[in-house]
Amino acid sequence: MQLYLPIADIPVNVFLILAMGAAVGFVSGMFGIGGGFLMTPLLIFVGIAPAVAVASVASHIAASSFSGAISYWRRRAIDPVLAVVLLSGGSLGTALGVWTFTLLRSLGQLDLMIATSYVILLTTVGGLMFWEGLRALLRARRGGPVTTRRPGSHVWIHGLPLKMRFKRSKIYLSVIPVVVIGLLIGFIGAVMGIGGGFILVPLLIYVLRVPTSTVIGTSMVLTLVTMVFATMLHAVTNHLVDAVLALILMVGGVTGAQFGARAGQKIRGEHLRLLLGLLVLAVGIRFAVELVIRPEDLFTVRETGVTG
Amino acid sequence: MTARLARTLGWLALAAVLAASPVRAERLIVSVSNHRVTVTPNYSGEELVLFGSVEKDASTPANRTYDLVVTVAGPRADMVTRRKERRFGIWINTDSRQFLQVPTYLALFSNRPFDAIASPEVQRRQQLGLNNVLLTQRVGPDYADVVPDDAFRSAFVRLRKQHGLYREETSAVTFLTPTLFRTGIPLPAEVPIGLYNVEIKLFAEGALVAKTDTAFEIVKVGFEQFVATTARQNGFVYGLVTAFMALMTGWMASIVFRKD
Repeated sequence: MQLYLPIADIPVNVFLILAMGAAVGFVSGMFGIGGGFLMTPLLIFVGIAPAVAVASVASHIAASSFSGAISYWRRRAIDPVLAVVLLSGGSLGTALGVWTFTLLRSLGQLDLMIATSYVILLTTVGGLMFWEGLRALLRARRGGPVTTRRPGSHVWIHGLPLKMRFKRSKIYLSVIPVVVIGLLIGFIGAVMGIGGGFILVPLLIYVLRVPTSTVIGTSMVLTLVTMVFATMLHAVTNHLVDAVLALILMVGGVTGAQFGARAGQKIRGEHLRLLLGLLVLAVGIRFAVELVIRPEDLFTVRETGVTG
Repeated sequence: MTARLARTLGWLALAAVLAASPVRAERLIVSVSNHRVTVTPNYSGEELVLFGSVEKDASTPANRTYDLVVTVAGPRADMVTRRKERRFGIWINTDSRQFLQVPTYLALFSNRPFDAIASPEVQRRQQLGLNNVLLTQRVGPDYADVVPDDAFRSAFVRLRKQHGLYREETSAVTFLTPTLFRTGIPLPAEVPIGLYNVEIKLFAEGALVAKTDTAFEIVKVGFEQFVATTARQNGFVYGLVTAFMALMTGWMASIVFRKD
């Protein structure tokens, strides 16, 4: 069934967009990531203008993460204190990121910057997660102890002042690294146009030693807030949010996210990390290949402004 | 005195105008099948039909054979063409050209190849064919249209052609009788919204003998129109509504799928 999108100005197949929303929603519900780094390239592939895709995906991620967050909240898998502290850093990071974005755009080569940071970030994070997941899995095979919090994990981070008790996560930690991580995610999110969940989740697990049970729900809260802000910003500044496209994506996305969240609860933590690592790594490699191999067409045409 | 001088000048001007405009032996009468294409939710492209006839008068030489060129130009926009090059092992955009106020849709139809219709000089002057249409580029501080085989220009035309937005068909115009003609104007689904100008040029023995134009518009109506205007004029409200819609959708899903 074809439907004409009022802002993107092209007709699309509703079922195709629904299916894409559901697939990405499933992944996002399962791993607690926004899925923007998957959805945006898919939409561009279907023929939607990159700017419209980025802007509309923000609201889709907001819907997906909200429905995910609600179900995690019911299972008491969200640490509200941790989320608030992360957000305080996150909002500052977003502001810094928007400022940097404007600066980079005035210098040119923003596209290249985004593509290379995608490659570096995705392959590094994906590779590390995959490797860690694999090791945990092998340890479990050999019958070794499987614990999220390994003994002797008291690193320099735990020596920092301003310690605070995060009850739901059962950790006692300085707020400094938490705010810094929030800042970093907000910054990366604004510059690269992604929610940043796939970086946040491993950072929370490996650096802050937050137990896997509360990581995903809490990361979803952060994604939700940043994406609602992003939707507003895109709507006010560029007028490029396609509400019809967003609605189709949302309906597919929230449905997928529900099943994803359920599937995520069934899978063991280390398997989940291994899978997410693989996925992130695969997308990173795909971006790298695109940069390295000779493009099919060396030329690209883009509209810069319409009048009359 | 001044009044008389003015009157004399007026007569002279009128005489000059009459002398400058040649005696029109032919007149073109044309019409498009639809002057207002509306974009509805199930819009997926359309084809318009342009038809018309060549009206002759007493001064028309007998047994003249005619050639017809139809140019359809959509709303104009600035566009940029970029070229990738390999630097440090990766492909990056290195060079670019900006095309200023070029048609977003451009179609040229004729009844036979342009070379058979007119001399290269006339083709260039009358902008017959995609190679001769004026596409202004900004090259550094200069504004110019470059030669047709310029790398950026040909890449631009080629990419627009791939999307069906630029087209050139030298057999699309059919003469039903020696003076009655028709041609189809295909509009692909991703065709831009706006006003389209149609220019019809009649040639005989390699020279332009008559010219006329008409227009049609592609407009969004109803819901599409409402969404597009709201997004543009009330960005804040639009954003709020979209964000609220996102939250509602998420909330509804969690209710629908709730397992108790």
